[in-house]
Amino acid sequence: MSADVGILSYGAYVPRYRLQRSAVYAANSWFAGGLKGLAKGERAAANWDEDTITMAVEAARDTLTGIDRAAIGTVSLASTTLPFADRLNAGVVKEALVLDDATAAIDVTGSQRAATSQLIQALDAASGAARPHLALASEMRKARPASEGELNYGDAAAGVLVGKGDVIARYLGCHSTTIDFVDHVRSTGVDFDYTWESRWIRDEGYTGLIGGAIKGALARLGVAGSEIDRFIVPLTARGVAEGLAKRAGVKLEAVADTLGGTVGEAGVAHATLLLAAALESAAPGEKILLVGFGQGVDVLLFETTAAIATLPARRGVKGSLARGAKTDNYLRFLFHRGLIDLDRGMRAEADQKQPGTTLWRNRKTVLGLVGGRCTKTGTVQFPRSDIGVNPNDHAIGTQEDYPLADIRAKIVTYTADSLTYSPNPPNCYGMIDFDGGGRMMVEFTDLDPDDVEVGREMTMMFRIKAVDEMRDFTKYFWKAVPAA
Amino acid sequence: MAKGIKDKVAILGMGCAKFGERWDMDADSLMVEAYQEAIADAGIDTSQIDAAWLGVAFDAVNIGPSGIPLATALRLNNVGVTKVENYCASGTESFRGAVYAVASGAADIALALGVEKLKDTGYGGLPVRTRGTTHDMIGITGSAPGNFAQLASAYRNVHGVSKDDLKRAMAHVSVKSHANGAKNPKAHLQKAIDMDTVLNAPMIAEPLGLFDCCGVSDGAACAIVTTPEIARSLGKKDLVTVKALQIAASNGWELQQGGGWNGSFFHTTRVAAAKAYDEAGVTNPREQISLMEVHDCFSVTELVTMEDLFISKEGHGWRDVLDGFFDADGTIPCQIDGGLKCFGHPIGASGLRMIYENYLQLLGRAGPRQRQTPPSLALSHNLGGMPSQNVSAIAIVGMADA
Repeated sequence: MSADVGILSYGAYVPRYRLQRSAVYAANSWFAGGLKGLAKGERAAANWDEDTITMAVEAARDTLTGIDRAAIGTVSLASTTLPFADRLNAGVVKEALVLDDATAAIDVTGSQRAATSQLIQALDAASGAARPHLALASEMRKARPASEGELNYGDAAAGVLVGKGDVIARYLGCHSTTIDFVDHVRSTGVDFDYTWESRWIRDEGYTGLIGGAIKGALARLGVAGSEIDRFIVPLTARGVAEGLAKRAGVKLEAVADTLGGTVGEAGVAHATLLLAAALESAAPGEKILLVGFGQGVDVLLFETTAAIATLPARRGVKGSLARGAKTDNYLRFLFHRGLIDLDRGMRAEADQKQPGTTLWRNRKTVLGLVGGRCTKTGTVQFPRSDIGVNPNDHAIGTQEDYPLADIRAKIVTYTADSLTYSPNPPNCYGMIDFDGGGRMMVEFTDLDPDDVEVGREMTMMFRIKAVDEMRDFTKYFWKAVPAA
Repeated sequence: MAKGIKDKVAILGMGCAKFGERWDMDADSLMVEAYQEAIADAGIDTSQIDAAWLGVAFDAVNIGPSGIPLATALRLNNVGVTKVENYCASGTESFRGAVYAVASGAADIALALGVEKLKDTGYGGLPVRTRGTTHDMIGITGSAPGNFAQLASAYRNVHGVSKDDLKRAMAHVSVKSHANGAKNPKAHLQKAIDMDTVLNAPMIAEPLGLFDCCGVSDGAACAIVTTPEIARSLGKKDLVTVKALQIAASNGWELQQGGGWNGSFFHTTRVAAAKAYDEAGVTNPREQISLMEVHDCFSVTELVTMEDLFISKEGHGWRDVLDGFFDADGTIPCQIDGGLKCFGHPIGASGLRMIYENYLQLLGRAGPRQRQTPPSLALSHNLGGMPSQNVSAIAIVGMADA
């Protein structure tokens, strides 16, 4: 039964900073005046403590709103900007989500259509015996200062839960082509894309390859272009999606907003992000055509079901966009991407070596924010310990795992510390109490310094704690952000 | 309850190095400077010292591990030397070791020395260091001002004090200490300051500005202790004895029990103070304590400590501060030597430096800053860690017959 294979849920995450393209252009116009035409709108820019893993975790948590995590069979992460070349990035996501150890995980990479290819594999597997597959895509591409990419790219993550059953969008099928079309290339170990002429990419890549594949897909699936309600081409270049729609006989109003003006092109994550945006506003019975492009083309077709109307509320793309904070601080962006070398001072020299053994022993505590709950007194604490913290009963060996990541908290004490080194000073931190018990001293992030006070509601997010630059290792932990 | 330490141990001699940016000296020389004054004051010879305790916190950036640096610097007579570290309470911790050794009868004469060479790090403030492998994964590597600044946010909230009122009270703490430090030749900072200077200083960690923070300096202080009987046999007449010595360490309650501690006070200081008063036979500290040297690492720390020592009523400390209750000519002077504010805080030395000042004041040897009303019981409070997790040490000393 292919009819009940499809998408069970979706989610999104866009980092809070929205770098104004006008500010980027203002700084670079002396050098690259030709960028003026791109200097409109804003692009999402990850904070210093975010990468494709942390963004994927947030997209995953959004996707899993109302879903029993025990049901997940596979978690996959699609990206061309994964922090680790040989450490399972999806495995870190699995730990942060506290998924069962008996969960499969895979990283999917290598082209800008990695996410659509990942979805095809997951959907095909779902028609068999596979348990639900959490398919995440996350991207954070670096671009040289004063390049088109710097203005056009955006950082974001999104996810869909693929499986069988009460799907919100039925999978109607796909069509894929593979052609080694080198519109751009980024070799292993290289930070930046090397891009060929845009006119050639437009003519042979977009019009030729994508146009041809859409035509092939519609023919193969027996659907007319005019039947498509949402036409998703994850390319922000002006007019590309509209041109393809016209050629395929798709009505213009079906063309999905590419979020070029508000997020920027989020690479591998962009297809999933736009799919999430489409699902977020789609009514039952809409046909959604999704394109992926990169050394060939993937075309997927979905049709929304009645179940989409009953999906629990979530942040989604709309909530992610609403969370944005405009910034003109281009130098901070460059610093956070490692593109300028500010004098960080001696305090930044502190060694951040992470013993592999301690991280392994404490992986639930550190990566999952799992505390302890005393089965005798009910006292919740973080981290869990052999002897409980409750002063009325220091019970021994009575604690069970108690995940705290999804529980809201309130500020008890706080400061904004200008002395300690932070890539985004002042370093704000304080003590928080979780609703229902448990407290911790924690760093705050993504915050407006005027929006902190004792009693302020906070939520937890998975973030980079520190980077061990000597050994190229990223340390992750949880931080508190102001609750929406 | 144990009978306690009261009057079992006397201070035979004390010494204190000049605190400051001692670009001219290694830790060894600082130790010798404090020691020479103490041994001369005690009137004994090195060979009479039976055991020694060394307090130092950041050993990795100054003297290195073990008690050997003290034994070597002073050329001790191959006696047992124990190095202790208990955060910023290491100085009083070393004193406790020596006092307990004498009280137990295991040593006739014992030495406690605290030292810290902080100005070899290349930057201001305390050195950044690990707090253990677990903490490094889940804790915060904040600065000391950042840790203590949080007291202010909670204090304001718990007691309904406005930002401006608390900031002014904090500023008064610093202005008062600078006025005192200006009279002390051993202080690092010997300059009086005014309220505006404090209020308009650059922000270090909200709401602590530059002058809400104590200095960072090099220094050493030393105590030689013995029994009252031996002290008298050595010709000492006016004896300063230990009336109480208490240390309380956090067990995680403040940091981990949701809804428990409210962030505005030091739980351990209250525990240690209650025990210390009991040990010393003090029933009304606001009436009975003559002088206080407290751990004013930050202005707000001193302010809330006035409540934790049961001198001010909870929520009223800031009013007592503004009323001048703790000024040099107030009811109970606090930091009459200038405090950490003016001495700076060479970690291992601070607790002993406080006891040194109390010792001098009790004996009427404090020079131009001598309290005119003769003090009888003097309290020192030495705090290590941060509000949420700390070690609080209290030492009460007084005249033997008081």
